[in-house]
Amino acid sequence: MSSTSQDKPRKQVHLAAHFPGVNNTTVWSDPEAGSHIEFSSFAHFARTAERAKFDFLFLAEGLRLREQGGKVYDLDVVGRPDTFTILTALAAVTEHLGLTGTINSTFNEPYEVARQFASLDHLSDGRAAWNVVTSWDAFTGENFRRGGFLPQEERYSRAKEFLTTANELFDSWHGDEIVADQQTGTFLRDAKAGAFVYEGQHFDIQGQFNVPRSPQGRPVIFQAGDSDEGREFAASSADAIFSRYATLKEGQAFYTDVKGRLARYGRQRDQLLILPAATFVLGDTDAEAEELSREVRRQQVSGATAIKHLEFVWNRDLSAYDPEGPLPDIDPDLGEHTIARGRAQVRMYRDPLATAREWRELAAANKWSIRDLVIETGNRQAFVGSPATVAETIDSFVQADASDGFILVPHITPGGLDTFADTVVPLLQERGVYRTEYEGTTLRDHLGLAHPDDVRDERAAS
Amino acid sequence: MSASSSLPVSSPSSPHLHLAVALDGAGWHPAAWREPVARPRDLLTAGYWTDLVTEAERGLLDFVTIEDALGLQSSHLTEPDSRTDQVRGRLDAVLIAARVAPLTSHIGLVPTAVVTHTEPFHLSKAIATLDYVSTGRAGVRVQVSARAYEAAHFGRRTVPPLRIEDLDSPAVRELTTDLFDEAADYVEAVRRLWDSWEDGAEIRDVATGRFVDRDKLHYIDFEGKHFSVKGPSITPRPPQGQPIVSALAHATVPYRLVARATDIGYVTPHDAGQARAIVEEIRAEQRAAGRADEPLHVFGDLVVFLDDDPAAAAARRERLDALAGYPYTGDARIFTGSPVQLADLLQELAEAGLSGFRLRPAVLGHDLPAVTRGLVPELQRRGVFRQSYESDTLRGLLGLSRPANRYAATA
Repeated sequence: MSSTSQDKPRKQVHLAAHFPGVNNTTVWSDPEAGSHIEFSSFAHFARTAERAKFDFLFLAEGLRLREQGGKVYDLDVVGRPDTFTILTALAAVTEHLGLTGTINSTFNEPYEVARQFASLDHLSDGRAAWNVVTSWDAFTGENFRRGGFLPQEERYSRAKEFLTTANELFDSWHGDEIVADQQTGTFLRDAKAGAFVYEGQHFDIQGQFNVPRSPQGRPVIFQAGDSDEGREFAASSADAIFSRYATLKEGQAFYTDVKGRLARYGRQRDQLLILPAATFVLGDTDAEAEELSREVRRQQVSGATAIKHLEFVWNRDLSAYDPEGPLPDIDPDLGEHTIARGRAQVRMYRDPLATAREWRELAAANKWSIRDLVIETGNRQAFVGSPATVAETIDSFVQADASDGFILVPHITPGGLDTFADTVVPLLQERGVYRTEYEGTTLRDHLGLAHPDDVRDERAAS
Repeated sequence: MSASSSLPVSSPSSPHLHLAVALDGAGWHPAAWREPVARPRDLLTAGYWTDLVTEAERGLLDFVTIEDALGLQSSHLTEPDSRTDQVRGRLDAVLIAARVAPLTSHIGLVPTAVVTHTEPFHLSKAIATLDYVSTGRAGVRVQVSARAYEAAHFGRRTVPPLRIEDLDSPAVRELTTDLFDEAADYVEAVRRLWDSWEDGAEIRDVATGRFVDRDKLHYIDFEGKHFSVKGPSITPRPPQGQPIVSALAHATVPYRLVARATDIGYVTPHDAGQARAIVEEIRAEQRAAGRADEPLHVFGDLVVFLDDDPAAAAARRERLDALAGYPYTGDARIFTGSPVQLADLLQELAEAGLSGFRLRPAVLGHDLPAVTRGLVPELQRRGVFRQSYESDTLRGLLGLSRPANRYAATA
């Protein structure tokens, strides 16, 4: 490192890829859009991410098809394969790429999830990661034995306990129990290997875990919630945060807040990576990318999608309205939200009356139709520009501590990452802020995270 | 092809046998891991499982099953045994199958899943996805767990501790019946979830902006004693429509599960007479369940020690028993002998009504290649086993057509 004393050392950019899924950012109507179910799509996407030396691939999870107005929502991509099964199959077609999956802590049991993640870690030689999320609604619960509803205050307590219990299981084998001495006939050093007892508010279980310690000890833990409890949960227990702040100011504020919470738990700032999800549109020039970005936004927000989007806020059937016309002059229905179920977005609209008023004013001032409004106020692509512009922007965000890198969400399956891999990645490498080869083999290696046993040893020694 | 010729439901003279192998640890003998060919330090690696399944595929076998359980292995039927001289620890069988799927091309992959403590919704999408990653080669073997120590790993229900001497008591019979009824409900829910998307539900209709035709998605509204599932599945209908469902059965209650809910039952006759009686019982249960016309394979399970010299096989078994410290026995007949002798036995059992066999290699490193390189060529010479894979799907290999969707409106 040749930096002078007043220069901060250049941070290395972390990149990961989110397989495009069930939301209106995924464009399925483009002729280049392929299957989001066939394994060949996942294999292509994973190989591209690995070619680009990404840290990991990320898969979301679905446990109930979304509904609007009492019917399955049919305008976006619908349906996904099973997270564990796809990630493990991808371990067969990649060598280095981390394999991260969202797995819900509400409609699963720790013993089963722990053995699935430990199995994935073994079968991938140390590349497993778990994005721990919570769920609470009776709507999703209708597909599960547990069923029912989990009050807000119990969501994180169950998630925390779930993770604590899973860690108990991961740690129940230390890694040296299997001797397998064919001569003496000793297979296990210790008959009690895997023994555990956990008694808590949500789980009361005991016995022996049946998956011996995996290469990473435990999977890497991701956390995605944004509430105060979510941030605290991440600061105490996660290795990385999947955040949604891909703009500089918001990103810096979030970064400062969360990194500031670590000391309370005796953790260093580099023990928790902050990785926002980010969409992007590339063009040969910045102007071309801007033009393309507008086209993509129109593909993402059809007239019908715009109306459905408004229905989340209005909580009414607005199908009679013209998407190219003005906003509804009636007020949102403030009763129980019945229009959209299983859509995370609903939570974003805490005050529908104010949102409706604000949107009407915005639309009137700018002469926007319903569709224009949804396009203009909806999720924008985080990075739009030529490869040089995007590489520079990503680097500057990371150097300015707005994040440690990004989880890229292309809008096309499965080839949406290809151009990025071929054009932006080499520019980041030229800037000296991105690896040209994988230095290690496990996901912990890629993320610069210590093996849990090493951390334990350090604490024991200090 | 007429419907009746697609499967030897009642024609044991069918020329072709179906052959599967059951994969578990280093093999079925508890001392298998001590053989020089065993790779006891590799049992938790992807390479080990890939090598085994690739070997089975080289032998043109219909499928492999992969054993699993939600507790540590035990030499005792109902409780942990604290032994340190046998293989302990295993990986999730569905995920082993998923790991191997992209590296194989024809062989069926049938992992074991415990239905007593898991979610039908999760298993349904996992097996559907295994069917996608293997392009139509997925199945599952459903298994109940009556073990108190496994229930304690979940803490959702208690199972009274079972003693072998109580197996015939009314209380245990009631528990067993309840567990198998729940398993039948589970399979029904899983099967409905597989059908909850009609083929072609994904329409990508740019003109109307609709990605799916929601009239082709169905709530399954399953209500059972132990769980209910609303549906539809999150995963579209898998390539085979319905992946293969199978179960191991040793008595009337589990035979009923086989007859009501599965495509393949594994049974453990010790001779042709027993085989005939079991098949008759299963067929009767099948008629009682109103499934008489549906194809249902009955496979015989056998543990095998295979050597060209039968004396070598017997000696190997003795040596392993001595290492284990007790003579290995189990639910299934243990065969020791040559491939020629095994071929004779399989043909004899097939004439009693079995349509295939699931061989449990005593030592995987030895007896699996003996199956693929010794037994298979012998069966081929006799004209009772395939010379090459005739289908890309497991259903195809088993002579089963792709089922119609129960929810699709009939034209």
